[in-house]
Amino acid sequence: MPREGILVRTPYERITDEQVQQIHHASMEILKDPGLISFNKEAAEIFHGNGADVTKVSSGDNPCWLVRIPEKLVLSAVDSTNKTVKLGARNIENILVMKGDEPRVFFITGSETNTWLDVGFQTYVRKSEPATEIRVPEFHPRRGTVADLCKSAHVCEHLQTVDGYIRTVNIQDKDITEDNKDVNKFFASLNNTTKHVMSGLTSLKQLDNVVRMAELIVGGKEQLKENPIISFITCLVKSPLQFVEDTTDTFIEICRRGLPVVVSSSPQAGTSAPIKEAGIMAQINAEVLAGITLSQMVNKGTPVLYGSVPVRARMDTLGDSYGSVETSQYNIDCVQMARFYKIPNYSTSGVCDAKVPGQQSSIERLFSDLVVTLSGPQFLHCAYGLLDCNAIFCLLQAVLDDAHFQMIKFLLKPAPIGEKEIAETLKQIREVVATPDKMYIRYIRPVMRSGEISSPYPFEGDLTSDNVFAMAYERMNELLAKPVEHIDSATTSKIFQEIPGLLPRLNVYEERR
Amino acid sequence: MAEDILKLIQENVIQGRITKDDEGFEEGMSGQPGVTELIEMALAQNINAQDIINNGLTKGMEIVGEKFEAKQYFIPDMLASAQAVGAAMDILEPHLAGTAAKAKGKIIVATVKGDLHDIGKNIVSILLRGAGYTVKDLGNDIDTSTIVEAVREEKPQFLGLSALLISTMANMADVVQALKDAGLRDKVKIIIGGAPVSEEFAKSIGADGYGADGFGAVRVVESLFNADAT
Repeated sequence: MPREGILVRTPYERITDEQVQQIHHASMEILKDPGLISFNKEAAEIFHGNGADVTKVSSGDNPCWLVRIPEKLVLSAVDSTNKTVKLGARNIENILVMKGDEPRVFFITGSETNTWLDVGFQTYVRKSEPATEIRVPEFHPRRGTVADLCKSAHVCEHLQTVDGYIRTVNIQDKDITEDNKDVNKFFASLNNTTKHVMSGLTSLKQLDNVVRMAELIVGGKEQLKENPIISFITCLVKSPLQFVEDTTDTFIEICRRGLPVVVSSSPQAGTSAPIKEAGIMAQINAEVLAGITLSQMVNKGTPVLYGSVPVRARMDTLGDSYGSVETSQYNIDCVQMARFYKIPNYSTSGVCDAKVPGQQSSIERLFSDLVVTLSGPQFLHCAYGLLDCNAIFCLLQAVLDDAHFQMIKFLLKPAPIGEKEIAETLKQIREVVATPDKMYIRYIRPVMRSGEISSPYPFEGDLTSDNVFAMAYERMNELLAKPVEHIDSATTSKIFQEIPGLLPRLNVYEERR
Repeated sequence: MAEDILKLIQENVIQGRITKDDEGFEEGMSGQPGVTELIEMALAQNINAQDIINNGLTKGMEIVGEKFEAKQYFIPDMLASAQAVGAAMDILEPHLAGTAAKAKGKIIVATVKGDLHDIGKNIVSILLRGAGYTVKDLGNDIDTSTIVEAVREEKPQFLGLSALLISTMANMADVVQALKDAGLRDKVKIIIGGAPVSEEFAKSIGADGYGADGFGAVRVVESLFNADAT
């Protein structure tokens, strides 16, 4: 049985059907005029070979081509995409099945941050009253390592609401190079979680090693097709409207191998996209559709996700403002656009502007997590633990995020109202009203034990002081102390024999000797 | 046989089942005798009322208390068990007359004039009954004079006053004063509770105790009861 996710029965819709159509038509216009600039020759050739109007606009050291994509090519590609995408997992109970027309949401971690935030607690004593002490969390940033990635995957394996895993931290150990980063980040992730693993690729040269690693884990090529335990995310389109040379190469090769891939675009309203909602929506939709069109021209039926990471610019720095309300609005619009094409959507929430866990980070992430979930994306990249946009990862924050996702999942449970419930309730009301106390307390008990009552906030203290961080920290350490189902010894041995570049310290069986 | 039935009373107190129709929270309980039916059966078998209280009801409540401390039980569980004990005490009370055993004491409870809120008062009543007190509940929005008359007639050891509104809490002071005027103040211990009141307020109006919640109210009554007994 695959994971259930949470079905949003009546998804929140921000834009009307007419507005969806308007954005769609505007995107079609954009793809024809001005079209996209491709810095990737092969992509330009593929588009040309399939009937797009392609013109070389620059030569020399930095050649590029103007690609104008006719509507029929886009619609044909949309038509040929899989409307159901399966993301496999080492534990088959963690498989995710995403249907483009079903607003069933799965919560997934990510993205890749450079900084890992350690947490420690200091005790402070009140000057005027030395018997009064408080423990205050302190956060210490440092460069992320492969050991951190293992810890993060380990904790996310045990976080109840996490459905899948996108690497949370960029591994920057001294012995990590461009040539061995991909195999190590995939291995560290796969070896510490039995959930689906998605990542970007640093080097195209590593693609086949990563795919081979996954094949060894599941037992072969066909088994990997049946249970794709890994998938990829690519930002082949740089906003506005440019196919990037190297990422597009990577994207084409992933499509050729038929593995699931996210076509992601991340325009910033105000700088790399128009500031007005209609503008950024028309552009991001055009950019994603251009990538999806390419995927289907390379390999018809490539499982793709409509990836949207739109963001509004900060007015003070022109940096990203993921905490802005507009960012959530754009994401909801994208969910609706993907649903219009019946392609499963990769959407974004929970990315915040705050740099440390605290009230700001809680408010920003809970707001966007809630509203974007309500719109019903299939793959919600909801940024467990991410801070400072996508620069910092904090494991403590991920544990806190899991708590509010439990609340969101509870909120979206179907309303238990039906003829049976009404009949029982009427009987109950009549009984209670006839008693002197007129209280329904007796009827709470079976309901309380059946899981129908939501749990209290797990980090609730004594209600006179806020001990959330200390309690979440304790929980984090409990999760780290739980065992992880690693890849078995024989498979690990094969992987280390066949796949070059893996760090010996990641072999848990060798380390134990 | 007596042991078996007392054990069943205990278990049903733990389950909070008053009658055979109650479900409890374990499968298959419905239809089996609840606390009230079991008490009748025990009395029919000439089991001593004091035995029923000590080895059935009180033991059951002790286990409920332990479960509550261990966070296996929540307040609804405590209240359901207390309700079962209260219902049992109603049946047992006539059988205690003329014996050394008796209910711990009588308490009158009321929500004061102008206030219709009675959830807190009802919870306190249930818990007090579960703790072995005889509770007379006058209801809500009760005139000061009605409360004074009830104290005169019923001669309770305790009077519990409840208010939820800032605008009605002052009526608690009126009741205390009216009892003084009627020469009854020394005959009854007054405990107050409710969202707007506090320990300080209780002292300021001359009440004997303050309960921050249902359990707090029972603790205060118990401590006053025990102080009186020594």
